[in-house]
Amino acid sequence: MAAEKPEQGKVKRESIDRQAYWRSQIRRTIGLLIIWAVVGFGLSILGVEFLNGFTFNNMPLGFWMAQQGAIIVFVLLILSYAILTQRAEAE
Amino acid sequence: MSIQEWTWVTVGLTFSMYLYIGYRSRVASTRGFYVAGQGVSAIANGAATAADWMSAASFISMAGLISFMGYDGSVYLLGWTGGYVLLALLLAPYLRKFGQYTVPDFVAARYYSKVARLVAAIAAIFVSFTYVAGQMAGVGVAFSRFLTVPFEVGVIIGMAIVAFFAVLGGMKGITYTQVAQYCVLIFAFTIPAIAIALLLTQNPVPQVAMGEILAKLDGIQQDLGLSAYSSPFSNFSKLNVFCVAFCLMAGTAGLPHVIVRFYTVKSVQAARWSAFWALLFISILYLTAPAVAIFAKYYILNQFSEMGPDIQNVEWVQNWIATGLINFPEGGITDAQSLLDSINRDIIVLATPEIANLPPFIVALVAAGGLAAALSTASGLLLVISSSLAHDIYGKMIKPEATDKERLFVGRLMIFLAVILAGILGIYPLGFVAEVVAFAFGLAAASFFPVIVLGIFWKRANKQGAIAGMSIGLAFTFIMIVLMRAQNVIPGMDAPIIENFFGINAQGIGVIGLILNFVATISVSLLTAPPPEEVREMVEEIRYPGEAPEMAGDVH
Repeated sequence: MAAEKPEQGKVKRESIDRQAYWRSQIRRTIGLLIIWAVVGFGLSILGVEFLNGFTFNNMPLGFWMAQQGAIIVFVLLILSYAILTQRAEAE
Repeated sequence: MSIQEWTWVTVGLTFSMYLYIGYRSRVASTRGFYVAGQGVSAIANGAATAADWMSAASFISMAGLISFMGYDGSVYLLGWTGGYVLLALLLAPYLRKFGQYTVPDFVAARYYSKVARLVAAIAAIFVSFTYVAGQMAGVGVAFSRFLTVPFEVGVIIGMAIVAFFAVLGGMKGITYTQVAQYCVLIFAFTIPAIAIALLLTQNPVPQVAMGEILAKLDGIQQDLGLSAYSSPFSNFSKLNVFCVAFCLMAGTAGLPHVIVRFYTVKSVQAARWSAFWALLFISILYLTAPAVAIFAKYYILNQFSEMGPDIQNVEWVQNWIATGLINFPEGGITDAQSLLDSINRDIIVLATPEIANLPPFIVALVAAGGLAAALSTASGLLLVISSSLAHDIYGKMIKPEATDKERLFVGRLMIFLAVILAGILGIYPLGFVAEVVAFAFGLAAASFFPVIVLGIFWKRANKQGAIAGMSIGLAFTFIMIVLMRAQNVIPGMDAPIIENFFGINAQGIGVIGLILNFVATISVSLLTAPPPEEVREMVEEIRYPGEAPEMAGDVH
């Protein structure tokens, strides 16, 4: 994400920054979507039987993940996206 | 005071508030009418999006469905929240950067085609009508039980209220009414849950209390010969849970009435923050619903295991029998399964405070909350229908030279007609409220989601690809749903024409439609000429931060 800012002509600098910005934006998006898929599908659906072997707050962990945990993670994902992108835009 | 008197008070107060807000925020321009003048703050838009989003299905039906499905009900929780991640990351900020009024506007500009606009407008109308019918039916359920007016009269009252603030205030009136409706519905949902949690476990936090009750409920279900509540895949196969959850997620991100909310905020940054606020507000209800589901099931089955078939004479059961939403079989109930089969899932949230003997005003609050949820969503959808007809079809295709005044008039007229049609669909519904809504998601997932995502992230996507993708995705999903639900949709049929598609049921079939859409859009785009230079520049433009929708001078 550390987009360097070479002191060049304005037009050129802008297009370099833009490419770097878009690449970092794609990286952020893919990274967050991987967490989304792992939590929403991997842990909550595909791996639910396995996680149900553990207990959290009196509930089988897989069940808790699907009905509570995943939702909390989703909220945090959007929050991180808003913060990370805002920071990148400031740069 | 009785439950009914309290209900008149809460419904009367909240409805007057909506009418007042609707009157105060009436508008005089199309920009105000369609996108609230793009002056809504991120938090207010978040609350409005949450109310727009949380429909009669979320408020009235979802906890009931989860209650009866146990773990498998997680598809609704995962699907309807996970979709916001897709929306926030892939669509909202870019569509806001693009500007304009409607989803077909984006499709038309990105795919430089009137045909694409027409297909998108028809898809928007189609999806929204499927969805709005469910809302109106929800209004009817709430009215018929708590105000003991006939179901049809309930629907008509709901129509009149929506028509009033939507016709006058357009998006602006709807947005500020929705903020108020969010407050009403979230209190109405959480207060009873907290009261029940306290009653059952001495712990006021429903999310904590649910653990203790779940352990007991799993035991009761097994004693009664049912599978444990928390055990996965007892109603849906793993494949179907996966497909339905995915379909609901992609559908959420592709629903035009949700997407259009992000056009109303001030800036691109506000669009991202507003997606966060929206999901945060939504998660309050979605984290509480599974607890309500567990409490409700525990109460019902616990009562049944104590009383056996005598449960038929309990007061709350009698009240609901009167509405026809509990229907015991001829010989009465014999076991737990036959009891559960005779209860309509839609009544669980409305009935639980009653079953738990909470004070009448809390029961009445729930009724007002259910109505707020149904009305807020219905109004958002009606605006999409009206804008598709008045802005995309009339304003852009039939009479492009129409003045602002004419467009506004047509917009108001269309919203009025849409309300009437929606009411008729609500009186003659297709099935369970949530089930009807679930189909809207399949249709949205199969039509909008792929072409919008590709439109932003793949410059090579062209007009021919998008038209082929949308038509194939929508047609396939629609035909499959009709075939699998033939007994409800085609008159004279009493069985589905096909049971499932390689094991995928009607609610999850949108996933296949979505894949077909992606495949068709990509392959047809590659086989035909690339989009013109100015379209590529437009895509380039919406990817980067910046404020004004028109930054034509900034292209390199």
